[in-house]
Amino acid sequence: MKNRLKVLRAERDWSQADLADRLEVSRQSVNAIETGRYDPSLPLAFKIAELFDLAIEDIFTSLSKEP
Amino acid sequence: MHKSPALRRYNYTVLGLSLAYMGALFGIVALFRTRPPHGALAYAAAILPALPLVGIFLAWGRYLTDEPDEYIRMLTIRQTLIATGFMLSATTIWGFLESFGLAVHIPAYAAGILWFAGLMLGGCVNIFAVRTGRS
Repeated sequence: MKNRLKVLRAERDWSQADLADRLEVSRQSVNAIETGRYDPSLPLAFKIAELFDLAIEDIFTSLSKEP
Repeated sequence: MHKSPALRRYNYTVLGLSLAYMGALFGIVALFRTRPPHGALAYAAAILPALPLVGIFLAWGRYLTDEPDEYIRMLTIRQTLIATGFMLSATTIWGFLESFGLAVHIPAYAAGILWFAGLMLGGCVNIFAVRTGRS
């Protein structure tokens, strides 16, 4: 699964630690999600989407939907 | 380094239980050397050093349940699975070697020691996987 987390975070000038604090997860988690090494659970994906005020599919893209 | 309240609680619990283990082990070894207990008391005394170790296994289970960060929990579960697989494989192989008279007998509590060694191995696998981008 690909995601736009790094771009969305950069737009807000947040560090990985800032985002981790807002999501109440570790910085390692944010790094793992951003780099595609870990796909978050549905509750965490919703939390991320709510934080950025976007829909989940606006942040995460299935690899099968890639052009 | 991620340190959740759950991990801190686990670390403090393990520290306390490790001290209890050392105290119980030295005390019971000294007791069996100087005034060996008999009957039910001997069984109770012999089991005493094992109880703090059982406590550490329980504390590990509690940490796995309480860790709120799902990614860290995933890494910890993988570490636990590697430790368990390592311990089961090593004891199974050793058991067959022992059965055919090719290895000396080792006490059953070695399984616990191997499991802790497996946790270290699992930790190394996690570090390698994270550094090489394999999650």
